[in-house]
Amino acid sequence: MLFYLIRRIIYAIPIALAVGFVCFMLVQIAPGDPINAIVPADAPGDVVEQVRRDYGLDKPLPVQFGIWLSKVAQGDLGRSLATGRSVWSDLSGAIQNTLMLAIAASLIGFTLGCVLGGLAGTFRGSFVDRAAVSVAVAGVSVPHYWLGMVLVVIFSVQLNWLPAMGAGPGGSGDWAWDWEHVKHLVLPAVTLAVIPMGIVTRTVRGIIAEIMNQEFVTALRGKGLTRGGIFLHVVKNAAPNALAVMGLQLGYLMGGSILVETVFSWPGTGLLLNNAIFQRDLPVLQGTILVLAMFFVALNLAVDLVQTALDPRIKRA
Amino acid sequence: MSMSTTPSAAEAELAVQAKQSVAKSQGYWAGVWKRLRRDPLTIACAAVLLVMFLAIVFAPLIAPQDPYQGSMIRRLRAIGTTNYPLGTDELGRDMLTRLLYGGRLSWFMGITPVLLAFVIGTFLGVLAGFAGGKVNMAIMRTTDIFYAFPSVLLAVAISGALGAGIVNAILALTLVFIPPIIRVAESVTTGVRNLDFVDAARASGASAFTIVRVHVLGNVLGPIFVYATSLISVCMILASGLSFLGLGTKPPEPEWGLMLNTLRTAIYVQPWVAVLPGACIFVTSICFNLLSDGLRQAMDVKG
Repeated sequence: MLFYLIRRIIYAIPIALAVGFVCFMLVQIAPGDPINAIVPADAPGDVVEQVRRDYGLDKPLPVQFGIWLSKVAQGDLGRSLATGRSVWSDLSGAIQNTLMLAIAASLIGFTLGCVLGGLAGTFRGSFVDRAAVSVAVAGVSVPHYWLGMVLVVIFSVQLNWLPAMGAGPGGSGDWAWDWEHVKHLVLPAVTLAVIPMGIVTRTVRGIIAEIMNQEFVTALRGKGLTRGGIFLHVVKNAAPNALAVMGLQLGYLMGGSILVETVFSWPGTGLLLNNAIFQRDLPVLQGTILVLAMFFVALNLAVDLVQTALDPRIKRA
Repeated sequence: MSMSTTPSAAEAELAVQAKQSVAKSQGYWAGVWKRLRRDPLTIACAAVLLVMFLAIVFAPLIAPQDPYQGSMIRRLRAIGTTNYPLGTDELGRDMLTRLLYGGRLSWFMGITPVLLAFVIGTFLGVLAGFAGGKVNMAIMRTTDIFYAFPSVLLAVAISGALGAGIVNAILALTLVFIPPIIRVAESVTTGVRNLDFVDAARASGASAFTIVRVHVLGNVLGPIFVYATSLISVCMILASGLSFLGLGTKPPEPEWGLMLNTLRTAIYVQPWVAVLPGACIFVTSICFNLLSDGLRQAMDVKG
């Protein structure tokens, strides 16, 4: 197990480097001179040349990548073109907000997904099964940014129960765990939850149905175990794979919340990205994508390790 | 298959081939069709998609108004207004007309990336699966890198860096969908490669190209195709999502995602008109999803 752990972590290093390279290349594939991503367009010529030398942009691409990487490794993601602040200072607050939204959404999505998927898998072909499958298909097919708008129309415009945008009474002020703030979280979290709900429902249904067909369940039934007892055995067998899917979904939520954050003006990484795209603020774009992708790589690794630890059958070392 | 055969011999060969393929397809495709016919949900979805497809193709003939002609005095009319059955948008343009025209770009941007990714991904995946060894390593490890990005983030990152535009959005989405298709193509090809009939073909002296063309492609294209159809739904949502973020189409071009974005401010005035473009995306996406599920069952593809 320890050997596997070390090997798996070592395997993640080239992936992380490659992800860094892709993020580095984002500025390179952008139309125009990459220097425009560092200095404002109206800077005088000699300043541009000075910065070009300082940043090593006159050096070959691999060397540039090395310089960029060592800066990133020290936590220097560059400066925003729009605000002049360091990218990290804007990003750190945004990540907290996105993480909060993603965790709230996954709590809703995973709970509903497990309940629906579990019921559907246990009672295959029943009415509950058909309903769960329909909900799952709708969940993965709905454009969630549109669902967000529909929820705003119903709960903010028509019923006036919940706020339509922002993360608090003062727009995006300091977060607090009271109803005035939490009610801002409800609609974005529900909107973001539909995709993981659909996927988890589908997955859990498949896993449970497969386990219910196995001989050991028949054996348990044969020896007279109660429904609850059998249920516990099934859950134990389903948990590793189901948890793996859910872990990855959390990562997708972190990276995929841009559309929902835009709809609700939620002050997270998505809104930051959206503004960066509009202002062509490439350092912010690059830094945000890099941090989110690295988070995803780390989460992938964590999911793999937890799955291995939970399931003794996976002896991958 | 030599190219220097006499015309009559070539014709005869073609005829034999045609006969064989007809004979082969009757067995398999007739079975698929028979299963599809007993699946009313899939048929209904296919019918809805066909009607939508015809409506957007013939939009210039059936659309009641001009999609670009607005009017300040009839902005944001409600659904059911005379002459404007689905109301008007924030610039007074007829919603029904713009939805019909908007579907053209939305469908184009939803299907083109999947088609491109299907061609490129199948090529690379079959190559990786059939060649094995170092080629496989190189292709599959590169694929792993793209898997390290959540798909929405990758699409936003690439098209955000390249700048707004339809071509850039399609490019970004194609890059998003190539890796998953490579993975599926590689895994089915690896499965087929080790089957007995491939060994038999190799033993009887068939070239690698012939084996791939005759024995591998025939067996892997079905599953890859079914998988690709399941991506259309996601691609449509992502493509419209990019336009929604201002990264796809530019105004005044009608496109469902962009229309949804420009109508966002209208939700306090005409909420049900404002959400119409999203409903179109939803219906299209769910129909493609169910159609893909139906195809998978009818073609008996696992996975």
